[in-house]
Amino acid sequence: MGLDIRLPIGIMFTFLGVTLTLYGLLTASSAETYRPSLGINMNLWWGLVLLGFGAVMLVLAGRGRKADASKTGPEDKK
Amino acid sequence: MQQIHLAWVDYVILLAYTGFVVGIGFALKRYMKTSADFLMSGRSIPAWVTGLAFISANLGALEVIGMAANGAKYGMMSCHFYWLGAIPAMIFLAVFMMPFYYGSKARSVPEYLKMRFDERVRCLNSISFAVMTMLTSGISMHVLADLLRQLLGWDYNICLWVCSAVVLVYVFKGGLTSAIYTEVLQFFMIVLGFAPVIYLGLKDLGGWSHVKDTLEQVARAPQGLNLATTNFPANAWTGAWSPLRTVAGNPMGVDWFGLTFGLGFVLAFGYWCTNFLVVQRAMAARNMSAARRTPIIAAAPKMFFPILVILPGMLAVALAFTAKDGYHLPTKPIDTAAFAQILPAVKNAAAQASDAETVCRQISPAAGVKFSPERIAALLKEIAAGPVSDEALRQRIQDAAENDYNNVMLSMLKRYCPAGLLGLALTALLASFMSGMAGNVTAFNTIWTYDLYQAYLAPNRGDDHYMWVGRATTVVGILISIACAYIAKQYGNIMDMVQLVFGFVNAPLFATFLLGMFWRRTTGHGAFFGLLGGTLTSALFHGLTLARGNTPGFIKGGWLAHLSGASPTLFPSEMAQNFWLACCAFSVCFLLTAGLSLATRRTKTDQELTGLVYSLTPKQKDSEQAWYLRPAVAGVFLLLVCLVLNLIFW
Repeated sequence: MGLDIRLPIGIMFTFLGVTLTLYGLLTASSAETYRPSLGINMNLWWGLVLLGFGAVMLVLAGRGRKADASKTGPEDKK
Repeated sequence: MQQIHLAWVDYVILLAYTGFVVGIGFALKRYMKTSADFLMSGRSIPAWVTGLAFISANLGALEVIGMAANGAKYGMMSCHFYWLGAIPAMIFLAVFMMPFYYGSKARSVPEYLKMRFDERVRCLNSISFAVMTMLTSGISMHVLADLLRQLLGWDYNICLWVCSAVVLVYVFKGGLTSAIYTEVLQFFMIVLGFAPVIYLGLKDLGGWSHVKDTLEQVARAPQGLNLATTNFPANAWTGAWSPLRTVAGNPMGVDWFGLTFGLGFVLAFGYWCTNFLVVQRAMAARNMSAARRTPIIAAAPKMFFPILVILPGMLAVALAFTAKDGYHLPTKPIDTAAFAQILPAVKNAAAQASDAETVCRQISPAAGVKFSPERIAALLKEIAAGPVSDEALRQRIQDAAENDYNNVMLSMLKRYCPAGLLGLALTALLASFMSGMAGNVTAFNTIWTYDLYQAYLAPNRGDDHYMWVGRATTVVGILISIACAYIAKQYGNIMDMVQLVFGFVNAPLFATFLLGMFWRRTTGHGAFFGLLGGTLTSALFHGLTLARGNTPGFIKGGWLAHLSGASPTLFPSEMAQNFWLACCAFSVCFLLTAGLSLATRRTKTDQELTGLVYSLTPKQKDSEQAWYLRPAVAGVFLLLVCLVLNLIFW
């Protein structure tokens, strides 16, 4: 199928990662917010993890696109 | 249930996800040119995508919630729903069955049955599947809307219609491909949304070895948490196999034979190898080797999923045992109106120093839940000692109600997630509900369009017509799902009912496929009447047996025996009853199909069966592929890894 799924996954998780990281930075001083997560600023750390995952997916999608463009694609039906 | 308030960041995450799935639908629209694109993804999806969709289609939200519930209720043994009840069947599908599904060019599982047997078998299978799919989809949407209502205080109707509308938009635009893509998205959402909770839970409890020690104490005295009424050996919640030596040694109430044959063989193979919802994902793969690799790729993460879905339940039990920060297992909510009857009854009982067991029996019908006699006894003593305020009394009675295992996952999310992370986890849950609905609707779409509409109602029309029907069925399918959700809302026990009937239909199915695929002598008559006989056997078995502690009835079973005045055969638990029901239905279907096939004349020649039956089909050549891509090699490797997991958590 024409759309590489890694692209939307990459964009979405990058977006979620940025959102969580920023929120984590904004609320970093609030001990009350992070009482449930044992005092760890999970938004910041987990946001960075999501950001990393999203970036990897975007890189893979980019490489897939280059590979697609260079080969004539005997396997691709479309 | 206590409501929670979402922060703005939670709403941003929820809306972003919804926006993305709708966007994917629109992006895929331009690739939907024929009915095959819409209903079968044009058979063009890479294996890793179909593989992840394969697990996600099964990992609906009901599964996520239900498995955490099992983790709390049965502990480590719940892992068998994955290790024993999924991995071997998935590998069998990849190595032995996929060549026939994919190679026969059948567009659906019922269509394969038509090629192999005849129209009757297809008709029976497609109608029962279509009905079940719609009911499942409706019930899961009902659970979602009800959950959002309880948790966030949103309106039930709005939740139901808005979520359905989102699913409608992206399936209508992108068909099966949309469903598969969002399932992959959901896979990552679930993994990345729940992982922090596991980490925090383990950290909070001081690591796995500490959790294990705590659970061993729980097993010796499970009454304290209202988990069971008898004591178990220390390993009951922490061992996967060791508690199975005796029926009385584990909370599931099963032995290793019932578990291995009932769950590991009959139910697992019946589900993973024949259910079109999951098989359709593999059938959408871009070529034969991708189709065969689909279940293999799915099996690899699948065997580690217990960490994500079962462990939270076990952590909740350990946490409740230590009562850290006042955590306790959630209990089934009692209606505020019911307290009007319960409060005077309890006060009265305390004044007369009644027996706690009697009180429980007295107040249960009004509350609609069972109570823990130990907790009620403690409460009675306290009231007798001095006055307790009505407010406190209400809380104490609520806490004495039976555990609401289905809320265990949510209670863990609430406990550990700060705003932000909570939005992520809730979105993961919402994603799995919606993609579950999308999966069911797309499977229903294909079955309706190809196996019912094209086969019986309007054959030989142009492809444009079927494309149009596929689109229209999406709308109709979603409307039926919504109708089913309202039925589920009206009749609370319809959920048990559907699971029951699902079991009846599912249990004998694998016998038909096994004989059909591996024995050329199997005939259409044999298959049809064998399947019918197997399903009736399930119903009969259910009517004659009962799990200990249940009252005979249409849902719990034993009503037939009750009707005729005999006492039903007792099983130690519902789980044991289910497993033996499956064994029985499978055996009857197997013997009946084989017997009738021998007694009736063959209707299909060897030539017609080429590509449909194992012995008449040229073997798949996968020696040209790299060794790690060969399904058999990868399959054996995964089975070994699974075996090691079983040994570690023996």
